Amino acid sequence: MALVKYNNNSISAVTSAASIPSGAMTHIKTLTASDSSSLRFVHGSADVDFSSYPIYVFKFYNIHGSTDGEYTFGFQGSIDAGSNYNVAITSTMIQSYHGESDSGGALIYYTGGDQAQGTSVQLLNAGGTGGDNDQSCSGELWLFNPSSDTFVKHFMAVTNISQDNDNSNNCYTAGYFNTTSDIDAMSFEPGRVSVSTVFQTGTIKMYGIKDS
Amino acid sequence: MALNFANNNSLSAITTKPSGLSGGAMTLLSTQTASSSSTISFTSGIDDTYDEYVFKFYDIHPATNRATFQFQADTGTNTSYNITATTTYFQSYHKENDGSAALGYNDSHDDAQSTSFLNLTVQNSNNNDSCASGTLHIFNPSSSVFVKHFIGNFNHMYEESGGDEYSWENFKAGYFNTTTALTRFQFKYSSGNIDSGVIKLYGIS
Repeated sequence: MALVKYNNNSISAVTSAASIPSGAMTHIKTLTASDSSSLRFVHGSADVDFSSYPIYVFKFYNIHGSTDGEYTFGFQGSIDAGSNYNVAITSTMIQSYHGESDSGGALIYYTGGDQAQGTSVQLLNAGGTGGDNDQSCSGELWLFNPSSDTFVKHFMAVTNISQDNDNSNNCYTAGYFNTTSDIDAMSFEPGRVSVSTVFQTGTIKMYGIKDS
Repeated sequence: MALNFANNNSLSAITTKPSGLSGGAMTLLSTQTASSSSTISFTSGIDDTYDEYVFKFYDIHPATNRATFQFQADTGTNTSYNITATTTYFQSYHKENDGSAALGYNDSHDDAQSTSFLNLTVQNSNNNDSCASGTLHIFNPSSSVFVKHFIGNFNHMYEESGGDEYSWENFKAGYFNTTTALTRFQFKYSSGNIDSGVIKLYGIS
């Protein structure tokens, strides 16, 4: 056996250390929009994994669309590895909003953003996202135990957007995919689209949360 | 060069981890502990290294009864803490004596292009056992293109003027309406010191 020497400040050749804690939140995949009609995470594709963690978190950074107020940011799941994104969802949405001009200032349940066994894109923000150069959507989505073959798949999300009417709009969305099949892909795309919209820029990161 | 032998139980002098080992996506950057502090400021480590920064608040306790816990941001090495912000604020609460409980928007604590400090938890009791805990997310503060979104969520012990107390959940969100990079954040009470408490800053990679 060859003698292995190590530098006391850098053990760069080590690739695994089973017992060393590595943090409970693990980055899985980053997708960056570039005039993209959707951003999709598919199990088994490009290191994406929907079966190894009990909880997954998607973080959204400055999602910026090509139109002004003509869409909201949303998502859907798949149970057939991305062939279809149309799982039945029952969900709730509340939004609070307030204008830069001090207009509004309200908290409402938003029926335009909930679903009752719907298979549409689930909205993550209520108002139309602004298209000005400095306007965008940021937030996060938690997906619980997507590989369960027993339970429906719960999700919870929070976003803040700079709305097309110069409101700050804060939305909390929650619900479940009403299926006992594995959720094995997630698509993030414009929802409630009135004209063709793409994500010009923005980043979505996928993380897994360990349970041990 | 002296030959280094590995101790199988401790590699205490290692300063660089192998690239093949993950350190986790949430990195603790700094911790500050209040001790009768007029303000707590985080003035380093906030740059383009991370897309998101998260402040965690543990048992923030006011010196002055019914003070409001607040924050603001600044750019570069400035110390004015007066960046223009538009925000929303809503709350849910429940009185300890079960006398009232509700969910609602509260326009006393939102902001419209304001440069004042932004309210995170309102009218905090300073009873010995009262405090506020929660989380504040700052998204992409170093962007030179976008406004800077933030989302805060706290629970605290609220005290009304008559002395009755509530469990009070605070939902604060909004954006700093600037395309200049934010590099520093400051926390304080509307009056009096931060008597005690811990604030931790994390980066999300």
